[in-house]
Amino acid sequence: MEPLSWGDIIVRVLIQFTPVWIALIATFALSITFKRRLGLYGKLFDSPIGMIGFALVMFWVFTALFNGMFDMIATHDPLGQVSGMKNKVPGTPLRGAEDGDYAYYLFGGDNLARDVFSRMVAGSVVVVQVAPLATLFAFMVGITLGLPAGYYGGMLDTVLSFLSNLILAFPVILLFYLLVTPEIVDTGIPNYMAMVLFIFPIVFTAVLFNSRYYTQPHIRTPLLIVVLGGMSWIYLSLISASGSVINVLPGPLDLFDIPGGVLVVFVSVVFVNSPTVYRIVRGLALDVKTRDYVAAAQTRGEGPWYIMLWEILPNVRGPLIVDFCLRIGYTTILLGTLGFFGLGLPPESPDWGSTINDGRKLLSVYPHPALPPAFALMSLVLGLNLLADGLREESLRD
Amino acid sequence: MGLFILRRVGVMILTALCLTFIVFSLTNLYPNLEKLAKTEGNFRMSDEAVTSWLTKNGHLDPLPIKFGQWIGVVPGWTNTDEDGKITGRCIERGADPAEAATYCGILQGHWGNSSVFKEPVADIIATRLGHTGFLMLCVMLVMVPGALIIGVLAGMREGSRTDRSLSTVSILSTATPEYVSGVILIALFASSAVGLKWFKGTATSAMESANFENFFLPVITIALYGMGYIARMTRASMTEVMTSQYIRTARLKGVSFPNIVLKHALRNALIAPFTVIMLQFPWLLNGVVIVETLFNYKGFGWTLVQAAGNNDIELLLAISVVSVVVVLLTQLISDIGYVFLNPRIRIS
Repeated sequence: MEPLSWGDIIVRVLIQFTPVWIALIATFALSITFKRRLGLYGKLFDSPIGMIGFALVMFWVFTALFNGMFDMIATHDPLGQVSGMKNKVPGTPLRGAEDGDYAYYLFGGDNLARDVFSRMVAGSVVVVQVAPLATLFAFMVGITLGLPAGYYGGMLDTVLSFLSNLILAFPVILLFYLLVTPEIVDTGIPNYMAMVLFIFPIVFTAVLFNSRYYTQPHIRTPLLIVVLGGMSWIYLSLISASGSVINVLPGPLDLFDIPGGVLVVFVSVVFVNSPTVYRIVRGLALDVKTRDYVAAAQTRGEGPWYIMLWEILPNVRGPLIVDFCLRIGYTTILLGTLGFFGLGLPPESPDWGSTINDGRKLLSVYPHPALPPAFALMSLVLGLNLLADGLREESLRD
Repeated sequence: MGLFILRRVGVMILTALCLTFIVFSLTNLYPNLEKLAKTEGNFRMSDEAVTSWLTKNGHLDPLPIKFGQWIGVVPGWTNTDEDGKITGRCIERGADPAEAATYCGILQGHWGNSSVFKEPVADIIATRLGHTGFLMLCVMLVMVPGALIIGVLAGMREGSRTDRSLSTVSILSTATPEYVSGVILIALFASSAVGLKWFKGTATSAMESANFENFFLPVITIALYGMGYIARMTRASMTEVMTSQYIRTARLKGVSFPNIVLKHALRNALIAPFTVIMLQFPWLLNGVVIVETLFNYKGFGWTLVQAAGNNDIELLLAISVVSVVVVLLTQLISDIGYVFLNPRIRIS
């Protein structure tokens, strides 16, 4: 068979992404039709920049979804090697293709004869799974610590700010190297850190509901029992994994096991991100606590946590949402950095950082394996930045 | 002001102490020490041999004592073996034990020896910092003027076509981390597959003689990522200044537009970016590590990767001291500079 021309490759790639296009068009059609009833999300569709950003982000989210859940889009197994396909240029026909195999390596083969296109698609799954969740955890930690630090001030603020500056003064890569090397992972330090960091969402939710329904025990008590019970179970199955240092839940009760490498990467990314979130939340709390509605709540006799979580927090949601988008982008970059230095995730993992790292060694001879993941990462981060910009513009407009 | 600087320096020293202690304890965990013993001794050591090697070399002392020895406030360890030969932290190989100093830590200027490079740490750090300093200087020379020009041009007419296109460029550059832009630039300009071959894909030769061909790509790779951020800050502060009352007055007086921008707006618009530029140094450090690895330029960042990858304890500690001091110093300078540039701020 003849190798494909560039035009053919582009057409075939576009066809390969068909489910994503359909999902994107459906999302946009629905959202634009009902945009007046959708609040801030709907207003996003008034700004062209926000729409472009949203489209880029949703493109990768849908790609990850279809690839991760239904195994669509990718043409080959991201880990499968086919002999004779090593470092082949884009559009090379698959050697010895059988019926049911996709007949081409659309973006060529890498130095281990794996399909670059499928690895790029599979890499999106890793990013879309880890980045938003890690950012969310970092926000939980940052909010739970930043609100009281800003609201109370004093010693608490001094100590917490010192700690956050301490982490921020660390060069990120040195921190990663110290946390993610196999020797340190063996000692279980990342598992203990996970134990501490993952408790913050539970604390946050507990305080959130307790401060709201404090005066109505008949709602509060069952609500807290159900929510906290569920979250604690998830927490325990998160941190306990058979074979690691923490193994508290017996096998059948353990809902899922996080692969060791992913957990370590997750923990270190949350750890690096949370001091910055803490600083932002603290600054916002300092600013907002002098407002009249806070004084009014104080005069009404509301508790401090009610004021922090139900008066201050909803009123600083604008900057926080914008920062959340930006921070997912930053987390994506951090994940790429980890992969680039070969830290954490297993070396054959298809995530974008590792693939770039694989491809860079032969870059001056075969640039094609490193470029697709590089552009993929760039487009996702660009999408998130544009989305944040659009959101900022629209939220300032009210 | 004096008190303020004094307090900041105090906090700085405390932070540096805490950070080095964290690095110290993480690098001195038993699995790391075991690896060290096996690389220094031989790989097939039994567990007992590892323990005795570690004891003999003072690695199994309690952590605070070892940390004190490294700083130089606790006497260095000594050990007498069966033949009566005395070895110790402060005793050079072959030197007379009686003449050796009691204390030898960083306070005495003794930074130890690197186990990877087999050289004194102080020498390694000095040469590598020199290389990186040159790289940083070039990056700053490209990045700062470029970012300020883009920011000022974009911010002087908010919403114009120049503004929109320049803002898009700066968002694009903040969305491209060094390992992405570096890879793309090498593939475009240095690979035989594309055939442009304008520049070299490695900067190893730039350590002896840097020229445009081997040094442009690493410099532009770091500069691009930081440039977008500074440009956006400059743009934001420029648009704010351009809507202020005194600019309107100047316009109503009939001052020409270039004059307004250059004489009235620019000075006030550059206050905010100054802080941002100073706070970029820690980020640059990050970029330097990536770019030096990518382009094989053997500077500070490259050394960090080597030291961290091989758990070279004393080299890692020295690296963290240096980088922490750089980070905290730039924070201090940015605070002080801010006060000088903006007379409305007073530090009480």
